[in-house]
Amino acid sequence: MDAPHLLVHDRRDNVGVVVVEGLEAGTDMLCVVTEDNSEFRMTVSQPVQIGHKVALRDFAAGDTVIKYGEDIGKVVQPIGKGAHVHTHNLKTKRW
Amino acid sequence: MGYSDRKIWGYRRENGRVGVRNHVAILPLDDISNAACEAVAAHIQGTIALPHSYGRLQFGADLDLHFRTIIGTGANPNVAACIVIGIEEGWTQKVVEGIAATGKPVAGFWIEGNGDIATVAAASRKAKEFSQWASELVRTECPLTDVWVAAKCGESDTTTGLASCPTVGNMYDKLVELGLYGCFGETSELTGAEHLAAARAADADVAAKFMKTWQSYQDDVIEAHKTSDLSDSQPTKGNIAGGLTTIEEKALGNLEKIGKKTSFIDVLEPAEAPARGPGLYFMDTSSAAAECCTLQAAAGYVVHCFPTGQGNVIGNPIMPVIKITGNPRTVRLMSEHVDVDVSGIVRRDMTIDQAGDALIDMIARTANGRLTAAEALGHREFVMTKLYRSA
Repeated sequence: MDAPHLLVHDRRDNVGVVVVEGLEAGTDMLCVVTEDNSEFRMTVSQPVQIGHKVALRDFAAGDTVIKYGEDIGKVVQPIGKGAHVHTHNLKTKRW
Repeated sequence: MGYSDRKIWGYRRENGRVGVRNHVAILPLDDISNAACEAVAAHIQGTIALPHSYGRLQFGADLDLHFRTIIGTGANPNVAACIVIGIEEGWTQKVVEGIAATGKPVAGFWIEGNGDIATVAAASRKAKEFSQWASELVRTECPLTDVWVAAKCGESDTTTGLASCPTVGNMYDKLVELGLYGCFGETSELTGAEHLAAARAADADVAAKFMKTWQSYQDDVIEAHKTSDLSDSQPTKGNIAGGLTTIEEKALGNLEKIGKKTSFIDVLEPAEAPARGPGLYFMDTSSAAAECCTLQAAAGYVVHCFPTGQGNVIGNPIMPVIKITGNPRTVRLMSEHVDVDVSGIVRRDMTIDQAGDALIDMIARTANGRLTAAEALGHREFVMTKLYRSA
């Protein structure tokens, strides 16, 4: 099996995690859902570091980000599909 | 699977527990006895001093925790024999008596009325006797599941939830049902996954006890002391650099450490020894690595499994800490700290099941005497948890 660029925990998730170093903007990523080992492809729109998240769809402010099939926080800036998701556009709902 | 027949070579102690190290600990009751303890350990080969910062004018639950931690550390099966040094006789003897309940050799010395030099001389004579006695103890064959295994993750990133924490969870899923004692903690760091953690309690009473403990941490520690929000502390700067954005995301990855099916059978106070027989236990701890490991060792755990993403370098003076990482970058940049490389999981050339087997092999090798990366590098972080200011 080819090594993936992006791993997604759960089919319900709307973000995935970059698992390769030096990922460049425009890369056609091999994405794998670890829950069932299913594959899909998606283009990343900006360089994203290993371990950082990529949006699997477009988000508006106020949307909920799902990872592990669970709520991990709210979107605070619009995010385009294929863009970097982190502290600049996602915030905890807890504190 | 064959794990029920798996054996290791350990030290069967007087109380029946299995240790995997053979330390002669020189244990200070209080901060001002550190110098005497370090002098004894510098003089007598085969001994180790465990200096710390506390033990004076503590009271109430904080004092109870201090004694529980000190006595539990001396009582840990990885300690063959123990010297206790304190400033005065009363509390020193209380610790000696607590450790002596295990049946192991222990002796106390106090400095008031004697001075450091006479105390160090007397303690050194006893430490030499203990060290030579311990050096003749022989490892015997013991079931792998007699090795109590704790877990805590640190410098987490998104790969810990994908790879290294599920590796520990796979190990617990395989060994706890065969009679292993396990332990996880990190009360604040389950925030966002507390409902999922509670659902893994063995029954409704344990679930209620867990939620009460978690809520108390929220109310009494975090809400009572926060100055803004905790976004700069949980997740940590290292977590954020590794791609973790929110406490919820961090908590969900953290909880992967307890596997897919194992439920926990009790909620322990910090440093409290498990008392409901074999099984997985939750302990109320800080999420700081050294504090959590110190409390788990004081509860009697003898091997620690520590998943890390960005590369936490924690060790413990008496309990070997096995580092597991699934981050290829951390393997590339910090390999000297890695005991079990599970980065194959994110490349899809290793399964979680294979990674769990590799960790179990490393637990057995560590129990047999292999030095962990942290031991070889001299990491001996011994950090007592303190609940509030002293009187």
